Amino acid sequence: MKRKKRIIPGFGISMGVTLTLLSLMVLIPLASLVVFTSKMSFSEIWNVITRPRVLASFRVSLITALIASLINAVMGVILAWVLVRYKFPGKRILDGMIELPFALPTAVAGIALTSLYSDSGWIGSIFAKFGIKIAYTRVGITIALIFIGIPFVVRAVQPVLEKIDPLYEEAAGILGASRARTFRKVILPELYPAIFTGFGLAFGRCLGEYGSVVFIAGNQPYETEITPLIIMSELQEYDYSSATAIALVMLLAAFIILFLVNLIQIRNTKILKGGN
Amino acid sequence: MAAEKTERVMPREGSTEIHADTKGSKAVRIILITLSVLFLFIMLVMPLITVIYESFRKGFGEYLKAVTDDETVGALLLTLEATVIAVIINTVFGLFAAWAISKFRFRGKKFLVTLIDLPVTVSPIIAGLIFVLTFGRQSFLYSYLEEIDFMIVYAVPGIILATVFVTFPFISREILPVLEAQGTDEEEAAALMGARSFTIFRKITLPHIKWALIYGIVLCAARAMGEFGAVSVLSGHLRGQTVTLPLQVEILFGDNKYMPAFAVSSILMIMAVVILIVRSIVEFIGRRKGEE
Repeated sequence: MKRKKRIIPGFGISMGVTLTLLSLMVLIPLASLVVFTSKMSFSEIWNVITRPRVLASFRVSLITALIASLINAVMGVILAWVLVRYKFPGKRILDGMIELPFALPTAVAGIALTSLYSDSGWIGSIFAKFGIKIAYTRVGITIALIFIGIPFVVRAVQPVLEKIDPLYEEAAGILGASRARTFRKVILPELYPAIFTGFGLAFGRCLGEYGSVVFIAGNQPYETEITPLIIMSELQEYDYSSATAIALVMLLAAFIILFLVNLIQIRNTKILKGGN
Repeated sequence: MAAEKTERVMPREGSTEIHADTKGSKAVRIILITLSVLFLFIMLVMPLITVIYESFRKGFGEYLKAVTDDETVGALLLTLEATVIAVIINTVFGLFAAWAISKFRFRGKKFLVTLIDLPVTVSPIIAGLIFVLTFGRQSFLYSYLEEIDFMIVYAVPGIILATVFVTFPFISREILPVLEAQGTDEEEAAALMGARSFTIFRKITLPHIKWALIYGIVLCAARAMGEFGAVSVLSGHLRGQTVTLPLQVEILFGDNKYMPAFAVSSILMIMAVVILIVRSIVEFIGRRKGEE
């Protein structure tokens, strides 16, 4: 390992502290998940995760997270575009606000959204007139997930958009392409990796989200019960094996998403660094 | 740094202003700005207004009573305790980890970075679950812990562990890109001239990462104060003992005490807004320093 003598001091101690803290805080706790899983048989796990109620929760979680992330992908591109390309009063405030979902505790967001969208709330009462219920339905869950996912696509697209050279747009314009066509054929292809990265990160976050959703979801089994909530209720009943089995499915989904995002991100960094 | 590179790859004459005929129509511009403002107003501003409105619905006196309630003050103190510990541990970790990763070459570096990022990619509920599995009743550690009478699950140490876990990569993540962009030349030169490690860190590395470090600490503190899912799993909700501010919000809301729930929320919301402002300032100063 030590082929060349290291000039900068502190490798031993910094590596030591890093690995010690990492092991104590992350690796050992995660290992206990592996240990606990190894005590369970495959059929045991399979029986838990194919329970109708658990399957229904997977469906609810997937559908709501997907719709919320798609809406955020579209709105994220629009927001990034507005923030990068236009100048208008209040732009800085708008830009600073994007991070609010990261800073605002999820429980606070949860109760605020619940009260806004309940039948007597400011927004909910408007929809209630038309007989549309938002809070305590899947629509409510989706709204909470949109809230959580706002920063991801915006922050992924923004730096790429800043780096895109207007030269290409000028060329497209001079060659006679309309603005819409230029956007579709010249700008959008450059943004795809960033959009996908942001979408993937938002989707992953939405699948695991708990705090902002529990209040607005209503938590009706089969209808509005998300997967993290099922794990929570299994834990409250001290049913650790069921909780672990369901958690494994969630972890698997999270890792697949992360893997895909990483693949795309490698390409994305190339664009950011100005390569082809 | 990256900007310079782009400049070199794609030389461009004249201004960076977008040419008039590629600017797009004014109508599109107005529609998009309106759409963005409306979206953010409905999704982000209205929830904040709701919190303030509901908090003061019954007057300022009731609000004060709700936020100075013994349970709430206790929850605030526990939240601050967990936050301070999380910031300290993660700052130490972040500095050492970023130093090790950016200044040295070793095998498995990518893997190490992935492992460090792991805590933010798992659901908060799973974060709570793994600590329950490690220290809970069915763990082999449980009997030892019982012997020395040190409870982790459904006790304060569990809450602190969960908080540290969910914010684990926050500081290293902010410092690392800055250190990697800076390279190792300056430190190597200093080391060759005989500077000791702490001197190198203080005189060369720290000035580079100062703003990233502050920003990381701010992010870490924000997330630590607001963590709900993981803490909820490990807390057991023992009123006045293992309840943090976000959990207090949940308890009050569940008891249909809406006004007090929003009053407690308003404390967390003020913290969040302060954090956003600090973040903007830090970013602004950092960018100006970067341009100098």
